[in-house]
Amino acid sequence: MIWHTCKVECNRLIAPEVFELTFSPLLPFKAGQMVHIAIEPKNTKRLYSLASGENDPAMTVIFDLRQSGQLTPLLSRLSAGSTIYSSTPHGSFFAKPGPAWWIATGTGIAPFRSMLRSGLGEDKKLIHGGRFLESFYYSEEFKSMGNQYVRCCSQQQHESVYAGRLTKYLQETPLPGKDYSYYLCGSAEMVVDTRDLLISRGVSFEKIVSEIYF
Amino acid sequence: MTLSQLSDKALEAGLPKFAGKQIAEWLYKKHVASIDEMTNISIKGRKILQERFEIGIKPPVKVQTSVDGTKKYLFVQGEMKFVEAAYIPDADRATLCVSSQVGCKMGCLFCMTGKQGFQAQLTAGEIVNQIRSLPERQTLTNVVYMGMGEPLDNVDAVLQSLEILTSEWGYAWSPKRITVSTIGIIPAMRHFLEKSDCHLAISLHSPFEDERRKLMPIENVYHLHQILEAVKEYDWTHQRRVSFEYIVFGGLNDTPRHINELVRILSGIRCRVNLIRFHPIPGTPLQGTDEQTLQYFKNRLNEKGVLATVRASRGQDIYAACGLLSTKEITSIQTNTDY
Repeated sequence: MIWHTCKVECNRLIAPEVFELTFSPLLPFKAGQMVHIAIEPKNTKRLYSLASGENDPAMTVIFDLRQSGQLTPLLSRLSAGSTIYSSTPHGSFFAKPGPAWWIATGTGIAPFRSMLRSGLGEDKKLIHGGRFLESFYYSEEFKSMGNQYVRCCSQQQHESVYAGRLTKYLQETPLPGKDYSYYLCGSAEMVVDTRDLLISRGVSFEKIVSEIYF
Repeated sequence: MTLSQLSDKALEAGLPKFAGKQIAEWLYKKHVASIDEMTNISIKGRKILQERFEIGIKPPVKVQTSVDGTKKYLFVQGEMKFVEAAYIPDADRATLCVSSQVGCKMGCLFCMTGKQGFQAQLTAGEIVNQIRSLPERQTLTNVVYMGMGEPLDNVDAVLQSLEILTSEWGYAWSPKRITVSTIGIIPAMRHFLEKSDCHLAISLHSPFEDERRKLMPIENVYHLHQILEAVKEYDWTHQRRVSFEYIVFGGLNDTPRHINELVRILSGIRCRVNLIRFHPIPGTPLQGTDEQTLQYFKNRLNEKGVLATVRASRGQDIYAACGLLSTKEITSIQTNTDY
């Protein structure tokens, strides 16, 4: 693995225990790709989807702070000027041309933010699931998608969000035509539940592209 | 614990460092059930150990037996840690298929374990416990890490368990009796190849990356051609083996085109292809191939110089066959969805 020495530009909380880490230099990548991040290359490394756009001046990832984790407690304490290491971006969770639904939970929103900021939002609908109202990171940016941006909140209610789990929304909502693709990003549980639900509703598994967290 | 971990713990307890080796012998050679039985350690030392540790043996809480003799054991390894292991006796061998995680993060379309999401990593001790607590332990000839979970997503614990199983101070098994399966997490696979001598099995399921992506989300992260490049870097000319697991799905990956591409991509790798019958899971859009096509597929691969065998399906009636292990019903009672 090739490691690039990077400088932290900004590290900020965007929701309770969810951080946005921005660093440079910008390594060439395509929206949907990911990087390994490490404090020291020989120590713990983890994969994160890039949340920044292809033309942004720096790279951004978002992460949940896991108090018992080996890396995120260290990442959460970084400040501007700190050194981290990034692998060369890789992966192929790409938004191909054509209409699609983007479906995410939690920090699984990252690749879709990257796609939107890279100008790939045309013909796309974004469905973001979260437990709480504060779970919808970057909602101000996604509001540019108008009614093609849906937030599904399972634990709280508000007039601006759908009350219920993302899978409930998908069960109740008419699905679009057979030419649509579905891109899923989130926990294994969400990806599998959603994929099964879509298949049970007649979507071909060949139209479903999944990104997993591990 | 490994020998170095036991030695460290012995020192922390005020015992001489060599006590670590004594403890290893009691645990892994003499299989004692209590610290009290470690009679070459001083009474005071044993008392300190008892205050800090327990042996941690957890016998299976449930067993199901198949008409073909396969047994599926349920282990409760700790809070919320329900895992299954499949004991598969055969004419001259007995294999145990162990789990490395509770659930799985990989979300493969054809796998029952993936349907329960991911709940927890197993520790090395919890992996070894599946072997240590097996009623048929003495009959085992082989262990395969092909149960619940992706072993190389828990590579540190898996490597520690392999160290315990294969070291002279441990179970002293030959690494050639153990196979670790992976879907191809490349950094961990390289680490495994460097640190262990056990066999490697790679879940392939399609030679075409676009098709594999639809079956296995990992293809979006680590591409098949990269996995094969990493495999080719390793010297397989000695006793260590690499094999490729290939579930044959009807109308999907069982055509002459797939045979030709398999031959092409595996060229230069001394390996075996294990063809596996698909065991349908609820709601699956996939179906198994027919027996005639399966045999044709195998024969054509062999004719073209790729060693291929068809794996016998075992324990299907008790959901112990490949891809069917799951503790979803138990875990779903006690967990809330994370979204």
